Amino acid sequence: MESNLITEDKQKNKLEKAFEILKTMASKPSGLIGLTIVLFHVVLALISPYIVPYDYKAISPNTMLLAPSAEHWFGTDSLGRDVFTRTILGGRTALTVTFFGSLIALLWGGLLGIFCGLVGGKIDDVVMRVVDAFLSIPWILAMLLIVSLLGTSTEVLIPALGFFYGKGIVRVARAATHDVIAKDFIVSARARGHSNMSIIWNEIIPNVRDAILVEGAMRWSWMLLGFSSLSFLGFGVSPPTPDWGLMISNARGLMSFAYWSVIAPIVGLSSLIIGINLTADAFAKALGIDRSTKAPV
Amino acid sequence: MLLLILKRIGLGLITLFIVSLITFVGVEVLPGDACTTYLEREAYGAALDACIKRLGLDVPAYERYLDWASNVVRGDFGYSLSGEMPINEVLGPRVKNSLVLASVSILIGIPLAIVLGIITALWRDKLPDIMISTITIFSMTIPEFISATLLILIVAIWLGWLPGIVIIPSDATFYELLSNIILPVVAISMIMTAHMARMVRSSVIQVMASDYVQMAILKGVPYWKMVFRHVLPNALLPAINVVALTIAWLLGGVVVTEVVFNYPGLGRLVIESISNRDLPVVQALAIILASIYVGINLIADLMTLMLNPRLKSLQIRK
Repeated sequence: MESNLITEDKQKNKLEKAFEILKTMASKPSGLIGLTIVLFHVVLALISPYIVPYDYKAISPNTMLLAPSAEHWFGTDSLGRDVFTRTILGGRTALTVTFFGSLIALLWGGLLGIFCGLVGGKIDDVVMRVVDAFLSIPWILAMLLIVSLLGTSTEVLIPALGFFYGKGIVRVARAATHDVIAKDFIVSARARGHSNMSIIWNEIIPNVRDAILVEGAMRWSWMLLGFSSLSFLGFGVSPPTPDWGLMISNARGLMSFAYWSVIAPIVGLSSLIIGINLTADAFAKALGIDRSTKAPV
Repeated sequence: MLLLILKRIGLGLITLFIVSLITFVGVEVLPGDACTTYLEREAYGAALDACIKRLGLDVPAYERYLDWASNVVRGDFGYSLSGEMPINEVLGPRVKNSLVLASVSILIGIPLAIVLGIITALWRDKLPDIMISTITIFSMTIPEFISATLLILIVAIWLGWLPGIVIIPSDATFYELLSNIILPVVAISMIMTAHMARMVRSSVIQVMASDYVQMAILKGVPYWKMVFRHVLPNALLPAINVVALTIAWLLGGVVVTEVVFNYPGLGRLVIESISNRDLPVVQALAIILASIYVGINLIADLMTLMLNPRLKSLQIRK
């Protein structure tokens, strides 16, 4: 009974803390705007299949390249498909892929970084050299190679993105662990005879969690950028899936007289990326972490 | 000091060695070898044999790696399948074109970033800062292909001031290039400037809050003298490394920008070689781009080392 009370209390504290952070984030206009945009996109991604007015893949030669009107709010594209329908559906794949990709990146990057920071020595040296080597290959080249050899299905894209955006997290997690590791409570945990696993779980993770989460939020927006760049180059999701990067790349050639079919996905993608960025910044500030002096690695 | 520099160079070389291993092993492990990948459905009989001979795929992998690596060290990247000529001949003009694009963007971008960063830091939270910071946030978060597409739409199509895409052969002369690269340069330096300006800003703000600047103010040093003598040297020094990392990170963005503007540089070669499934060229590009990244970081490290007297007697630990 008593232990129950304590866990309940802990949970309430966690919820309260999360709520507090949200409140701090929303107290500044940039954070509020960011949160609103992200929320809007997430809700839209959830409900869009039920509210779209047209079929996203219905090709019709009679309605090619129509200007925006009452029937087609954002006009139609070169295959006669409704741009409004495709735009509000366009975030679904991007959001799903990058969300799970970020989770994977956070998990493996965070754990490997903490491990390296804790054990140090030879293992750390070797792992960091390999991470450096991966960092020095431009992400786009590596992603393109993987995707062109293994295909562009989401089962390939999610782990590939998760892997490539996780290597930078290794460094952040390692640096954060280094900051923590010299503190007294780690020394006393060692003196109590705790194992490495238990120290990582009980002492280090709670203390580096903030830094890693902020990094993960930032990575989410970079991953979205990477994912849509891949689609734009024709190496991401395959048509006729509605995807912003793909839509921009298809409509680009005709934008001199059908600008609407390129503007709509541009607004969709840009607003989501800006929203995630603002949210990540506000999140970092609410947790007291300054990211502005870091390079985007 | 000399030892430290040698150590840095050594670490860079080790990184490049690992990159070469990764690309080589990656190509080996992923399904299909260079020939079957390139020839796709025609991968049988005489064509396949000829291709295997040409690339020497009939020898064991480790021998091929040693062969390839020693050739790369001597500056020979092998044979391009799709171009049907040595990779060096394919690369030559592309490297030059990309260098022109990159150096013009950097020459415009870095000074502009420093000026903007200083302005936003000194007038922190005032109108100039709010305006410039808003613009930088926009231009650094929006993907390159979107800003490039918007530039083409607005400047080239709606206003009709400049050509929207670059229509020049890859062996165009320097002057032919210059007149064509205005929009690509704007697109690249916009993002680069935004990133760097933000870093310069926070670096200057940090230094302005330090004890010795407070001391200088209390001593009555004139404001601008203080800014130029005490703040800037200390603020820009740590920014060098970050700027290097940013430039290196933007290599990926340059690829996309070159594709949008149809610019015949290394970036478009990346896409072309991957769509042609020309793995020898992909391998060569991986090594070259990684060398650029390592090189830029090395230069930045050495510059910080030269410029910071405190570090000369100190081992930098990373």
